[in-house]
Amino acid sequence: MTEKELKEIVFTELKKIAPECDPDDVDPDENIREALDIDSYSFLQLIIALSDSTGVDIVEADYEKVFTLEGMLRYLSARID
Amino acid sequence: MGEFRMPSLGADMEAGRLVEWLVKPGDRCRRGDIVATVETQKGLFEVEIFEDGIIGEALVQAGQRVPVGTVLAMINPEGAAAAAEKAGTVPPPVTVKAEPEQLKPAEVPSERPPVRAERLACSPSARRLAAELGVNVEDVRGTGPHGAIQRIDIEQAAQKAASSAEAAAASRPLPAAAGTLQQGMRQAIAAAMSRSNREIPHYYLEMEIDMSRPLHWLEGENLKRPIRERLLPAVLLLKGVAKALRDVPELNGYWLDERLQVKQELHIGFAVALRGGGLITPAIHHVDKLGLTELMKAMGDLVERTRAGRLRSSEMTDTTITVTNLGDLGVRAVYGVIYPPQVALVAFGRIMERPWAEGGMLGVRRTVTVTLAADHRATDGHRGSQFLEALNRHLQLPEEL
Amino acid sequence: MSEQATNSTTYREAVKMAIREALIRDERVFLMGEDVGYYGGCYAVSKGLLAEFGPERIRDTPLSESAFVGAGIGAALGGMRPIVEVMTVNFSLLALDQIMNNAATIQHMSGGQFNVPLVIRMATGAGKQLAAQHAHSLEGWYAHIPGLRVLSPATLEDARGMLWSALQDPDPVIIFENNTLYNLEGALAADAGAVDIDSAMVRRPGTDITIITYSASLYKCLDAAAALAKEGIEAEVIDLRTLRPLDDATYLASIARTHRALIVDEGWRSGSISAEISARIMEQAFYELDIPVARICSAEVPMPYARHMEEAALPQVDAIVATVKRMVGHG
Repeated sequence: MTEKELKEIVFTELKKIAPECDPDDVDPDENIREALDIDSYSFLQLIIALSDSTGVDIVEADYEKVFTLEGMLRYLSARID
Repeated sequence: MGEFRMPSLGADMEAGRLVEWLVKPGDRCRRGDIVATVETQKGLFEVEIFEDGIIGEALVQAGQRVPVGTVLAMINPEGAAAAAEKAGTVPPPVTVKAEPEQLKPAEVPSERPPVRAERLACSPSARRLAAELGVNVEDVRGTGPHGAIQRIDIEQAAQKAASSAEAAAASRPLPAAAGTLQQGMRQAIAAAMSRSNREIPHYYLEMEIDMSRPLHWLEGENLKRPIRERLLPAVLLLKGVAKALRDVPELNGYWLDERLQVKQELHIGFAVALRGGGLITPAIHHVDKLGLTELMKAMGDLVERTRAGRLRSSEMTDTTITVTNLGDLGVRAVYGVIYPPQVALVAFGRIMERPWAEGGMLGVRRTVTVTLAADHRATDGHRGSQFLEALNRHLQLPEEL
Repeated sequence: MSEQATNSTTYREAVKMAIREALIRDERVFLMGEDVGYYGGCYAVSKGLLAEFGPERIRDTPLSESAFVGAGIGAALGGMRPIVEVMTVNFSLLALDQIMNNAATIQHMSGGQFNVPLVIRMATGAGKQLAAQHAHSLEGWYAHIPGLRVLSPATLEDARGMLWSALQDPDPVIIFENNTLYNLEGALAADAGAVDIDSAMVRRPGTDITIITYSASLYKCLDAAAALAKEGIEAEVIDLRTLRPLDDATYLASIARTHRALIVDEGWRSGSISAEISARIMEQAFYELDIPVARICSAEVPMPYARHMEEAALPQVDAIVATVKRMVGHG
């Protein structure tokens, strides 16, 4: 999976949770939960969705690492086969 | 014979629009079945029936807006309808015999001829405006002299209809697409909260709770669980509230007719913020009887359906106490406004690391600030503080939640 | 309007200016009535005119309304342009036969051969403690009669300008001057002249209610509208100016905007001009109405003499304010 494809997947899932947002406008270092107003329930749904589409299980202890787009992409690409 | 009426889906609801009948005349229904969808200022709701029976002819058609309490359809008892089905005829109305007696003119003097009472007072200009704006004057409550409907009543009805239609349109096919605050919901919240602030003498209590133990336990638990079954801290908090309410039941109920009515059932209204603004607090039924996994499922289901605009009427009417978890995203403490006629609201701030002094030592712990807003007519601060202490006690024993 | 272009004057002076202008401009014009000459007019309107124009054109008459109104009709038929002054509308009843059976009907009875270009001026209205034989407002009765034009100047401009226009009308015109207005002071354009005598005028624009009135009641309505504006109610005040033929278009257009109508009429309620207007609104603007038409009229009693009784019998500002508030839903 290319970085571009991965980004595509993350953006698609984000749009499902926050349809009115444009992930392109989000600073890669910004906390997406705050920037896109995503509550803990919706964040869990995002984690589940990403697990389904990438096969990566983000364990709860690592949630902090994926609070930014940059962190999320780095975390996922490091673990995708 | 029973009556299926437009339900009141909250203290602020005056009328609702019947959007769709999900049953036909002649259908057999069981108590709890969803028989219609109704649209209010807060969105679209699935309405349940509270009686077993056969649905009679629809007295209100889809699309009509009627006041709370309006009979939407009769519910015929199973037996009568079955007999009628066999005979192939409609059962005769049972009341026919009683009516002539009631109408004896000498015995029942009526102040006005019935025809006059039926006549709808509506100014000619309002009537024309209603036709222009597509408002049914029969659905409008007049505020003019002698209850006459005037232009302003039509204008307001049209405005309400437009905003609730907007809200419904926004919440149905693309629930999260509501980019702007829906005016109807804003009005509904405004009405309920103004009433609360006007009528309820609130008192507030606050407590800082050390969440180290419960979160440590939760993380261990989540490690064992597949991703789809992971629990959120909110589930622990909800369950803790439910257990504490068993210790201090006076906070779970309604203030009605100038007295506290404690409720046995524990239906916690869970505040769900809608993307784009607005808030709905549907009930999670029988929280005390649910395990944590079931509660997580129930909560997830409720959040999804709230945001999709598919709540059931009982979820809007049964709430006995409200919990808000506004701190999920940021704030440290929340001072809530009680939703009448409830008598308490429990609010959690954000779980965050803070300095914590204990046993002469200073450490860093993850803590949460919980506040109780309670109706001083119903309870006193002493009971309120007992509730918060009980909540702390239960949260410190997460394995028993 | 600039300072230089206006003069401070009174309603009385404005009427006198109008008569003077007519006497100067048209030699066929003459003034006739009780005490108009040597005495200068019961309300001092014609003071000084006898000296200026002589007894041929400023003619004192005997105390016989029927006779001198009849003489005026004859003069008009003979090609003159008489201005006949009747002291008050109550006295004009003595001449009603002349006014109605002759002035208003001769054109019809002559098969269109003869017009009666007569102008009758008369004082009307209460407020000066003149009691039940001098102080009624019977304009509505005259407005009932086909063949007459009935004018009701309420402002200095109309007092100054309606007479000349009336004299140009080939048919009889009656001008009602409310006796409480003669001392009304105000600015009048130095070049003020003839005004139209066909249309009503919006004297104060507003959006919430249409108040229809005429003559001295105009000022009560304007005072009430000013008071209402302080409470956020914008009343539109319409001065009818001409009571026959009524200018329906002006008040109907206003009601189409405000959807509420109040008629303030110093006449008695039953069978009054206010009743006529109310009926026309119902006939032509029923679907504009958001609330029934309301009327404030004089109490249906002979006009009392005592001041407090007289005031109680007349439409007053307080009643107008209260009625409007009730109608607009603020009461």
